Amino acid sequence: MTARLLRVAKITPLSPLVTRFRFECPEGGTLPLFSGGAHVVVEMPDGGLLRRNAYSLISDPMDGSGYEIAVRREDAGRGGSRFMHSRVAEGDTLRIGAPVNLFSLDLRARKHVLIAGGIGITPFLAQLRQLIRLQLPFELHYAARSRAEAAGLALLPDLPQVHAHISDEGNRMDLGAILAGQPLGTHVYTCGPEGLIDAVAETATRLGWPRGALHSEAFLSPPPGAAFQVRLARSGKTITVAPHQSLLEALEEAQVDAPWLCRGGACGQCETVVLSCKGRIEHHDHFLTDAEKASQTRIMPCVSRFQGEDLTLDR
Amino acid sequence: MTIRFNDETFRDDYTFHNSPEAVRRFPFPFDHDSYMYSVNIEPHRRGQAGSVFQHRFDVDEHYIAEMRDREITLKDDPLRCQSLPHMELAGWDFLELVMTCKAEDYPDLFSLTRDGDRWHWINRPLGIDQRFTFLDATTLPCGPMEYITRQTQGDHALLDQREGNLWMDAGMITSQADWSLDFDIGMNFFEWHAPVPKAAEMGVFQRALKFLLNLQQGAPVRRLNWTMTVNPRLDTSPENYHKWGPEKRTLTPETVGAKQYLRVELQTLWRLPRSNAVAFPIRCYLCALEDIVTVPKWGRRLHRVLRDLPEELATYKGFSVNRPMIVDYLSKFDDGAPTSPGIFPDP
Repeated sequence: MTARLLRVAKITPLSPLVTRFRFECPEGGTLPLFSGGAHVVVEMPDGGLLRRNAYSLISDPMDGSGYEIAVRREDAGRGGSRFMHSRVAEGDTLRIGAPVNLFSLDLRARKHVLIAGGIGITPFLAQLRQLIRLQLPFELHYAARSRAEAAGLALLPDLPQVHAHISDEGNRMDLGAILAGQPLGTHVYTCGPEGLIDAVAETATRLGWPRGALHSEAFLSPPPGAAFQVRLARSGKTITVAPHQSLLEALEEAQVDAPWLCRGGACGQCETVVLSCKGRIEHHDHFLTDAEKASQTRIMPCVSRFQGEDLTLDR
Repeated sequence: MTIRFNDETFRDDYTFHNSPEAVRRFPFPFDHDSYMYSVNIEPHRRGQAGSVFQHRFDVDEHYIAEMRDREITLKDDPLRCQSLPHMELAGWDFLELVMTCKAEDYPDLFSLTRDGDRWHWINRPLGIDQRFTFLDATTLPCGPMEYITRQTQGDHALLDQREGNLWMDAGMITSQADWSLDFDIGMNFFEWHAPVPKAAEMGVFQRALKFLLNLQQGAPVRRLNWTMTVNPRLDTSPENYHKWGPEKRTLTPETVGAKQYLRVELQTLWRLPRSNAVAFPIRCYLCALEDIVTVPKWGRRLHRVLRDLPEELATYKGFSVNRPMIVDYLSKFDDGAPTSPGIFPDP
């Protein structure tokens, strides 16, 4: 994983919970461009822990002068977003990975419909710039509970194709109205809570949309859970995964190498063979098929956990 | 470094030739005395000076002649170059990649000046001086991928990434080892690899695809592939099989050393920034057996590899009809001595 040291050039609060961070090269110079929907992994040295969280890039993909992310503070989370909010100051340097895109636009589409719920607006902020630059037809729908919570509002361009749906103003998003009557060849992209993604998929299916025209990204961070033990056959170690730690983080702490890219259960890079399993793997990823999950022969250590007597991995 | 470009042909009178330096830098593909498929992918790092791995896009003594040969092939069959409409952005990404790499790596041959979106490209070997607006295809004589691949050795495919797969949605394919862009266009990774024997059951393609889907910007990778070609012909396409297929039957024990070529592809894979597509340049190098055996290690090893190759691979690679003659010729250069590890000649 190629990471580079970048300087925090600017920190801007966007809402009570969401803050924007801008990173630039410490010596000036330009960063690699990227495609809308890409994320970067931010490394946070937190005491003895090295936290790594993935965030969508929200800045203009065609502008290499800096990278911007928006971080929502999750007080019940594992601590990465709290670290960003409370411990990072302008002028600090952090290691940032190369952009990786697991949620790119399908450029075959005749039209792009982007549907965001809450902080799920982030990948679309970059995709919007790309769509405008490429002069492709699109519309964007952004749903939030209240105007105060809608951190993305300030970052959205003032265009007729951009629609905000604020529920406490009585302006709830009507998926049926959005998805009905779109021209053939339209693709729809959803980012937000699982409930929104499922609702879009359901509505689109009911309206006869082809499956290949539906794209989604759930912003998945490793869920906390009960502590558990794992045996590592190849390295001959037994490790304990703490309640607020992911299995991948526990592997890294024990200096056992596992490849990774998204750290969010999507890319498949950290897929690990299960040698024996007495108990139940809590699969949280979007990568393994249902049959693979049921077989309990594979695990994605970035997001999945375990309950039971024995879990032995080929690591 | 100044390159002396050869005046040579890849068809009809076949005046193609390798200088002694070109033979020494030939990317011999076998690092062992036997061969089987593997996902033999490694980082495309800069290699030692003078080798084909020194620069990101190798330019050698065959550059001008190869571009001339591409022009002839395209004139006869414009469908060798195709780009589905959604691939134009990937074409611009690839144009940028090639222009910036070549201008940095060969400043005496190429130069690129950028003022925002207004670019100025100079290609001295081909005598091209072009000003254009980046991302505005009307300012180039043809689409961006066609434009840059008419100036870049090797075939080039641009693969779109979506639905957890890679799709062959654009390419410039004029020097291929018997596959057709016009047939493969729009296919996914498994579909276009379907004819390859054995590899699918070995799980090679599943693993390779997973690796490629996660290919990262700034971290290109490479692998070598190989086949055998009679006469130094770049255009060994299925479309023109009637022209080159019968040439396989013209080999004699007297001519096999001169007319039988080992054909090596240096395949590289690059993640493109704006389009998130994957660029797949397939650079072809040709070397006659009589030149290969001037490197004793290669003569010994090639003999052992071809002698012991499973029959279905020889058939797939299209040389089983000539294998006995080739192995017989090479056996004279194999004294049974052990060979050193790696692909490079012994010092």
